[in-house]
Amino acid sequence: MNTDEHVIEVTDLRRVYGGGFEAVRGISFSVARGEIFALLGTNGAGKTSTVELLEGLARPTEGRIRVLGHDPHTDRAVVRPRTGVMLQEGGFPSELTVGETARMWAGCVSGARPPLEVLELVGLARRTGVRVKQLSGGERRRLDLALALLGDPEVLFLDEPTTGLDAEGRRDTWELVRALREGGTTVLLTTHYLEEAEGLADRLAILHEGRVAAEGTPDEVTAAQPSRISFELPEGWFVGDLPPLGDLGVSGHEVDGRVVRLRTHELQRAATGLLTWAERAGVELRRLDVRSASLEEAFLGIAAREGVAA
Amino acid sequence: MSASIARGGRRVGALTTPAERLGALARAEFTLLGRSRATLLTAVLVPLALPFTLRSVVDDMDVQKEGLSVGLVLLPAAIGFSLLFGVYSALTAIYTTRREELVLKRLRTGEPRDAEILCGTALPIGATAVVQSLVVAAGSAVLLDLPAPRAPQFAVLGLLMGLVMCAALAAVTATVTRTVESAQVTTLPFVLASMSVSGVTVPLEMLPDRLASVCELLPLSPVITLIRGGWSGTLSVYEAFGALGTALAWTVLAVFAVGRWFRWEPRR
Repeated sequence: MNTDEHVIEVTDLRRVYGGGFEAVRGISFSVARGEIFALLGTNGAGKTSTVELLEGLARPTEGRIRVLGHDPHTDRAVVRPRTGVMLQEGGFPSELTVGETARMWAGCVSGARPPLEVLELVGLARRTGVRVKQLSGGERRRLDLALALLGDPEVLFLDEPTTGLDAEGRRDTWELVRALREGGTTVLLTTHYLEEAEGLADRLAILHEGRVAAEGTPDEVTAAQPSRISFELPEGWFVGDLPPLGDLGVSGHEVDGRVVRLRTHELQRAATGLLTWAERAGVELRRLDVRSASLEEAFLGIAAREGVAA
Repeated sequence: MSASIARGGRRVGALTTPAERLGALARAEFTLLGRSRATLLTAVLVPLALPFTLRSVVDDMDVQKEGLSVGLVLLPAAIGFSLLFGVYSALTAIYTTRREELVLKRLRTGEPRDAEILCGTALPIGATAVVQSLVVAAGSAVLLDLPAPRAPQFAVLGLLMGLVMCAALAAVTATVTRTVESAQVTTLPFVLASMSVSGVTVPLEMLPDRLASVCELLPLSPVITLIRGGWSGTLSVYEAFGALGTALAWTVLAVFAVGRWFRWEPRR
């Protein structure tokens, strides 16, 4: 991939807050033009802390950020007219109506589209006369999205765009984001919904405790995870009775009472070897569970790691 | 979802200008001002009502001895109230509200510069104070037979400096104000100090000389001195420049403090 195509470049980024809390601990990634990139992580993983730096709201403690080739904090005037931002939480005066809010925002956006047009995009065109304080949580998210789209941004930052939306609203937002990609917009979004990252993102990074724990396409991240086989051995049988695990392509195992859990990157070979052995030995493997790796397992596996050494 | 979704990120049209952004922010803030009863009360009614309560007190003062008239005491007082309640207190509450509603943070993700966000928010309040000052000046001329200002340039400069200084001090005060409710407390020290010893209610001319020379250095004192002196025409060039210097110093200090310490989002 040509580096000129990288719309967002992050190198060794660190963010330490005033109180000394290190929210971002040296992360690097890049996003190509027209890509949807998801930052996935549990609460407190450092997603918002990272996105705020990309949006140029604060200066990083250490490291380098380039958005469209510029530092988003110091070159604010150059970068802002080309980016659109949706924060994790609103930020609109509660006493203004939807229409007034959009008009105010349009006055601050270069080459703004007609406010009604973007409100229509997110399904708020009929709510222009309603005060922001009377909107539902989901409607507020959609208003926020509409305003982020006002200037036809080249790069769009969406911090948890679907939190608080119902299933339909979530699907509408996904559809909108995909349509934006078709139009050439680069999208960086954060989410803690796995299906959102899996279904929407071209590439993703899983953040854990301020670090990138896994990165790649959803398939690559999943493939890096082992598949799992678990079963219960009957009375009188032990793990030692199984064929040599290495020969089955098993990379690791755990025994918990009678329950055996195997990890493998060659699921078919391991399962075939195990079942052939059981058939020949006349052993019934109770509660047999054979499972390919999934993004969910990758995510849960990473989230379960606590206090990874610095 | 019938409208076309993206225009391919192509830039259409020119970049926004600071004036356009200021206008958009001020217009929204003006709408909000009309919808906030609390702000309207502090910013519009209180400054217009207070001078009436002061009237009887001033009548008892021996103002003639200091070469003053009732009008020369009441008019600067009214403008002072307008700056203190209409601008300083009201704007402290507004900045605090916008910060807690995350409006300031959201605006900072867009094209407006930090200074534009703060100025755009302050514009409607500032305009209100200017209108109030004109109204009380006209009222003083009609009701108190106050003659036209002899050195209007000082009065105008004083008012403008007062506006900028009070707006900047409001931003500074908002920094240490956590909620709108606590703004009523955090604004008290400056309001009370200015009312009592900055010449708003009691002209500095009527204080003992040594005390007066200290009080002259407080932020609002030079503003009131310039307005009163602008009307009476008794201010020497030396005194006028002294007052302008003091006012400018406080204004620069307050603006610097805003740039250095202003909080754009709620504490976590």
